[in-house]
Amino acid sequence: MPVVVNPALILFETHLTTLAPTDILILALYFVLVIFIGFYVKGSTNTSEEFFLAGREMSAWIAGLSFVSANLGSLELMGWAGAAYQYGILATHWYWIGAIPAMLFLGIVMMPFYYISKTHSVPGYLHLRFGEGTRALSAVSFALMTILMSGVNMYAMAVVMQTVLGWNITFSIWVGAGTVALYVMLGGLRSAIINEVLQFVLIWAGAAMVPILGLMEAHGWNNLKAQIATNVGNANYTHLWSTLGHFKDNPMGVHWTGIVFGLSCVISFGYWTTDFLVVQRVLSANNLRAARMAPVIGAAFKMAVPLIVILPGLIALGLHNADGSVVYHLVPASVAKGTGQHSYDDVLPLLLIRYCGPGLLGLGITALVAGFMSGMAGNVSAFSTVWTYDIYGAFFNKKASDQHYVSMGRWSTVVGMLISIGTAYLVMNADSIMDYVQALFSFFIAPLFGTVILGMLWKRTTKAGGFWGLLAGTVASIGMFAWVHADASALRYIAMSPDAQPMAENLYRALWSWLICVGVTIAVSLVTKPTPIEALTGLVYGATALPDDGATSLWQKPTFWAAVVLVVFLIVNIALF
Amino acid sequence: MSKNKPGRDDRRGIHAVDPQSYPKQRQELSLWFFCGILLLSYGLILIVHGIYERFGHQPATVLAALHPTLWWGILLAAGGAFYTLRFRPRSR
Repeated sequence: MPVVVNPALILFETHLTTLAPTDILILALYFVLVIFIGFYVKGSTNTSEEFFLAGREMSAWIAGLSFVSANLGSLELMGWAGAAYQYGILATHWYWIGAIPAMLFLGIVMMPFYYISKTHSVPGYLHLRFGEGTRALSAVSFALMTILMSGVNMYAMAVVMQTVLGWNITFSIWVGAGTVALYVMLGGLRSAIINEVLQFVLIWAGAAMVPILGLMEAHGWNNLKAQIATNVGNANYTHLWSTLGHFKDNPMGVHWTGIVFGLSCVISFGYWTTDFLVVQRVLSANNLRAARMAPVIGAAFKMAVPLIVILPGLIALGLHNADGSVVYHLVPASVAKGTGQHSYDDVLPLLLIRYCGPGLLGLGITALVAGFMSGMAGNVSAFSTVWTYDIYGAFFNKKASDQHYVSMGRWSTVVGMLISIGTAYLVMNADSIMDYVQALFSFFIAPLFGTVILGMLWKRTTKAGGFWGLLAGTVASIGMFAWVHADASALRYIAMSPDAQPMAENLYRALWSWLICVGVTIAVSLVTKPTPIEALTGLVYGATALPDDGATSLWQKPTFWAAVVLVVFLIVNIALF
Repeated sequence: MSKNKPGRDDRRGIHAVDPQSYPKQRQELSLWFFCGILLLSYGLILIVHGIYERFGHQPATVLAALHPTLWWGILLAAGGAFYTLRFRPRSR
């Protein structure tokens, strides 16, 4: 794969601010602690179960926070703050309807099957349910996706360091990648999970001052909404649902069907229930009840993340100077490269500099670095597991010792990180980080969700049906992506409207690829020989006696807390309708 | 890293040993202890810097007059101190 480096970026010298000694001390403390944790847990990661699944001994709280934190990478912090500036409060859908129902579904419906099957990975579940072919397809596509995602995280971190501090982009990439590779290689998933929880706490400690001070400057939420309406000329940027009746009525150019069916029912369910990066965290839980509670706890915290990601974007959109002119005029990254203006993705660093002096700035920058490193660690630890169990152990060396697989896990962490570094340089030429990530999601995640959900809930699904459905969905997704990139007018057919914008393309492409996967799976299953019911025990609803999770009171029941989260979710959506 | 409460079933069996037979066994550090230490350290650094800012070194940031560094430092130090003490390693 050719790696093209933009020399202008490497030699870029201008920057927004510099770190004071206090800031450097804060950043250095963080690096020292995460590396210490890597060395500290190395002694307790000797077996493959300990290295790849953290010994399956995490509590619900730790697994739940890690579940959310593994997702707090560049996409979350930089991308969605920029998206909030660009599209307004509609970006919140990616946190609420685009996450909460799926996370609750994972905990309540799907987790028992993942957990009692004792699988090491999602491709591992597919192996048990559909055989080697489906596992291979899923494992290879997942490994590819995680490496690319890790590269995206790495690149995003380097851009932040360059934009804010003027650090050389190559220096940032290698320091971030080296640190993550070291602590994941030493402590495996255990080390990654501990650091992810630490990073989650740090992200809140470092980023919370921006929305707090931003709301104080804007004189409260109601004034901020009024200021946004004045700055952009309409009130469409602060409504979650009321502008989704037509593609033309909202800044994102999407329709509510795309949000509900494309984003929520397909992309989000696909990501949160079948992406091994996040599911791996829950598989590390120490019992079934903890495994079911972890996604519920994660959902509760996920609902609060827009406060530190979406709200800053809205604050930047609503701020104005004393003469009434807007404070920030941000542009797309492609334009910013040519004009030297700030891009949408710069919104969070710009606000950090606006509100945070020495000390607080260091904490905010450390929070951003922690978020990016969390994303990288999540990807590389998941890659290491899938490579070792589902590719190397399944197809190249089936009978190696447990120690050999642990060693392979450590080395694949390093190699995976090196490939990610190559990817980071490649991403420099992508116009938008967000488009890149969205495209990846719909290539693999949407069809995979179709395969897993049919395999888990429908006994009649056969091995051939699972394989051909997954293949057809993935190929269809890539085909639609290529079609629209070759001919932009094709978007009207994918999204079924001439007014659709690129974001709508991602949602509808995911929906179509899922439907194609499900359709092919059902059709092929119905014409092939059914799998004997005894072979489905522990894998499929209706063929499995679900064990009691041990809850003895209402307060211990995951379903009760899932209902509480769901009620809060409905209230906030109605309040911002 | 101790995630399980003592006495609870543990697949690796590290808590299944008789504590009396290993009186000097190392207590594994809790994850929450690490969180507490980090927040406490950051809180103390911010408090020191916040006090420094109070005496004529106010940064040129918006709303600096509210002394956010000092107040946030106090909040982090209090939370960090609680977690550090609550989950500190104790001899068995």
